Amino acid sequence: MDINQNNLRASDIRIDLLLIANMIPDGVRVLDVGCGDGELLNFLRREKNAEVRGIELSPNGVNKSVAKGLSVIQGNAEKEISHFPDNSFDYVILSQTLQAMDRPDRILKELLRVGKRAVVSFPNFGHWRVRIHLALKGKMPVTKSLDYPWYSTPNIHFCTIRDFVDLCEKLDIKIEKGMAVGNTGSKMFVNSMILSNLFGTQGLYVIARN
Amino acid sequence: MKEKEKNAKDDGFVEEVTLGEIHPLQLSSGGTLSPFKIAYKSWGKLNSDKSNAILVCHALTGDQYARGKNPLTGKDGWWPKMIGPGLPIDTNKYFVICTNVLGSCSGTSGPKEINTKTNEPYGLDFPVITIADMVSAQVMLVNYLKIDQLFSVIGGSMGGMQVLQWAVNHSARVRTAIPIASTWRHSAQNIAFHEVGRQAIMADPNWSKGRYFENDNGPHAGLSVARMAAHITYMSERSLTAKFGRNLQDREKLTFGFDADFQVESYLRYQGISFVDRFDANSYLYITRAMDYFDISADYGGNLSKAFENTPVKFCIMSFTSDWLYTTQESREIVRALNAVGAQVSSVEIDMEKGHDSFLLDCPEMFNIIAGFLAAEAGK
Repeated sequence: MDINQNNLRASDIRIDLLLIANMIPDGVRVLDVGCGDGELLNFLRREKNAEVRGIELSPNGVNKSVAKGLSVIQGNAEKEISHFPDNSFDYVILSQTLQAMDRPDRILKELLRVGKRAVVSFPNFGHWRVRIHLALKGKMPVTKSLDYPWYSTPNIHFCTIRDFVDLCEKLDIKIEKGMAVGNTGSKMFVNSMILSNLFGTQGLYVIARN
Repeated sequence: MKEKEKNAKDDGFVEEVTLGEIHPLQLSSGGTLSPFKIAYKSWGKLNSDKSNAILVCHALTGDQYARGKNPLTGKDGWWPKMIGPGLPIDTNKYFVICTNVLGSCSGTSGPKEINTKTNEPYGLDFPVITIADMVSAQVMLVNYLKIDQLFSVIGGSMGGMQVLQWAVNHSARVRTAIPIASTWRHSAQNIAFHEVGRQAIMADPNWSKGRYFENDNGPHAGLSVARMAAHITYMSERSLTAKFGRNLQDREKLTFGFDADFQVESYLRYQGISFVDRFDANSYLYITRAMDYFDISADYGGNLSKAFENTPVKFCIMSFTSDWLYTTQESREIVRALNAVGAQVSSVEIDMEKGHDSFLLDCPEMFNIIAGFLAAEAGK
């Protein structure tokens, strides 16, 4: 599935969110964990007729979501998600947040307890720029999109695309779809793990219980 | 703009109705009340399909004068920045009602009012009531106004308890619910503080077993102490320290006596004394009792989620970081119960230092969320 098949216009929404939206079918129940200002949820409700809920840590994000008429609760994702019943959503989204979790392995299991499927996107630390930064400078990489020094970054659990795939295997999680996202925020048409892990700036996966 | 219309939006109208003459109010205790009065205030204009009514519910010692001058105290209403033209509860758009709750003392039937059967004040002959009874009385008023569904029910503290009660008992008649700084049941600590207040009143010899209306004197000292104790629970340690610290009151040094040496003592005494002028001691007993009896899960075997099963109501729940009376934890329990049954709920914990009373103060974040929530729902 790609953007063109869905007739969704890129101008409606941030490009990385559009990629996620394209992985969600019509009329499903969706929980966005770390939904920010509710842009993706609002889009899914409008364009995909989805029944949507969100969890967001920042009061400002919740405020903006509520003003869009969205039902969003404020709180720590890892804590709050545990209070949702099993199978209460068709899809649970974790966008660009996996690396900030205390225990990424536990949150993946929780996503798939609460949802039948999960859509997970994360920055790829296997990207060639990151590798070169560490190899040549000998310092922790600081990228434009993740602009924090190592000692104060909220992103405490970086992984590579290969790490993520390995973790899914270890947790007996099925990967239904996966892609590497390039510099421009659009899907990269590469099939090999080596190339994805080297040139993808982000990994984007649909996962399910085995 | 016509004078009457402008007045409706701005200062509002003070009204009073007698209800329950034919169909008595059925009370939780098994008793009935017939007839009874409801005093209320309204602002704005009910639209033609009656879909823009908002019920604002007041807290323990509040009244119907949420906006505009309170004729009893001469002071401004208790939510002046929340309700009004262009404000979060916008009286240009909504028809806003605020009722004095059953058992209170600003015109609605309560222990201070005349029992038509005996032609003297009820005193302790007034039946013990619950939050559900207050809401049943409000339902009768809403019926009288011929409003099928309220666009929203909004309230803080005990007002939030009424909001939850509306949502649970009358879910088809509430479109949105906004409980603020509230709880789903009174905790042991909440009950304990109220018991201190009640004992202070009843220990005052002037209370005269609730028949102080026969004398010139009421239990002023007791009611005053009750208010002082309660007032501490409405503030935070930080806000008390910021406001008073250990500052002395109009003196250079300690007097080694029991006069109000400290500013905080003087402040509390003033809070107590001024409260006596505007509140009835028996009402204080009845309303604190109603709050202590409040447990929205009680009819559902203690299962809070069950209370909200299949609810069509859309919730927006707010709490304050420094509120130690009805904590964020208690709001979160409501949020989790609602999520467990797939209800539509938003929640925010607002960072504010001023304790439980934050909901009555100037809090832009609270105003923004309520304005956004209501506007989004109205825009549908």
